[in-house]
Amino acid sequence: MPEPLVVMKDVNKHYGDMQALKQINMTVGKGEVVVLIGPSGSGKSTLIRTINRLETITDGTITIDGVLLPEEGAGLAKLRSDVGMVFQSFNLFAHKTILENVTLGPIKVRGMKKADADAKAMELLKRVGVDHQANKYPAQLSGGQQQRVAIARALAMEPKVMLFDEPTSALDPEMINEVLDVMIQLAKSGMTMVVVTHEMGFARKAANRVVFLADGQIVEENTPEEFFTNPQSDRAKDFLGKILTH
Amino acid sequence: MLDILTRYDILGAFWMTIQLSFWAALGSLALGTILAIMRVSPVAVLQKLGALYVNVARNTPLTLILVFCVLGAFYILQLSLAPASAPLRTQIFLWAIVGLSLYHAAFVCEALRSGVNTVPVGQAEAARAIGLTFTQSLSQVILPQAFRGAIAPLGSVLIALIKNTTVASIIGSQEASAMMKTIVENETGSLLVFFIFALGFVILTLPIGVGFTEMSRRLAVKR
Repeated sequence: MPEPLVVMKDVNKHYGDMQALKQINMTVGKGEVVVLIGPSGSGKSTLIRTINRLETITDGTITIDGVLLPEEGAGLAKLRSDVGMVFQSFNLFAHKTILENVTLGPIKVRGMKKADADAKAMELLKRVGVDHQANKYPAQLSGGQQQRVAIARALAMEPKVMLFDEPTSALDPEMINEVLDVMIQLAKSGMTMVVVTHEMGFARKAANRVVFLADGQIVEENTPEEFFTNPQSDRAKDFLGKILTH
Repeated sequence: MLDILTRYDILGAFWMTIQLSFWAALGSLALGTILAIMRVSPVAVLQKLGALYVNVARNTPLTLILVFCVLGAFYILQLSLAPASAPLRTQIFLWAIVGLSLYHAAFVCEALRSGVNTVPVGQAEAARAIGLTFTQSLSQVILPQAFRGAIAPLGSVLIALIKNTTVASIIGSQEASAMMKTIVENETGSLLVFFIFALGFVILTLPIGVGFTEMSRRLAVKR
């Protein structure tokens, strides 16, 4: 078992009377790639968003690299800078160029010099294959390109862990693979990743572990191969039956 | 008839209108931005204070605010904005700027807040996710987009402000409408006099309307 990086202990989350997360206990080791899977409304997006506190929790603890997630203020901002996040809807800064999107964090948060940040950003943009678009605005790029820029923006902070919240769900089918390829490369390079996705191909190729959620609870955890071929719980069997028959 | 153009310093009066408008625009923009930040901040006390200010300032007649500035603050409370040796018209000029700024800041705040509402919540989340603090998220991501979304309503506020400088004549500010009153009293209330001053305001405000519409189109954030 690798050294634990993200540790969630007895985490509960309520929205009024509705309990979105129930007694979540989950550990993500350094260099591990964990895929969160489950029916819609199962709480997987909520769960991944609690890891950098875009969602608050009702009780329980979340630590990242041994540090308890601060509730607010400069401490929280500092911790978030070590946790990369990629959103379903890309969320690139609409008024900034592609290059500025990637350099904003390094310059403002890390205090890097603009020239250094630019050089590093170009390197990252090249790695994800959008370096030719560096001076364009997000709206001028395709969804797949925007999402690759979003990955580069997160990587520019040199995060300890990367969170992906349904990164391919808003993409046209022909663009899904270009994003998944970047993610697979990233997984192979040893990045710690937590990924909410329905892409079985990605889970099989890149994940160490699949965590299956239903109704806000972790129902099953297993290796991708075991989970997809031999699910244990009825909920998982039912879910996989619905998505794999097509 | 047209000799009033040479006997009265009409251009000088409009110059006063422009100066009042310029400084009050800056003042209300600064105060309005602070108020807008308070109203969108996560701190409940600041939100309430901001809302209270906006509702009070917006619902008080500008005349009352300006009269309070001069009669209340300057004469009764003896608050002076310039050295005691400064002439009275300087004091009045400065207090007129303050009164106009206090009043229009409420409208600037609401225009900006409508601009903030054009910024999708994902932009703020992405800003926080890369580790920007609340202030940095505002200054780097939210406000630049909010200002662009608020250009058209801000233009309307500016036009209203320019026309509202005429209210400052009641506290003795020597701007365009005060000059018009003087001419009407001394000479004649002919249509020509009204026309000259109306034209003056149209010349000031029309380009602003056109300019702001053009800017809002050109600077719009493409999503």
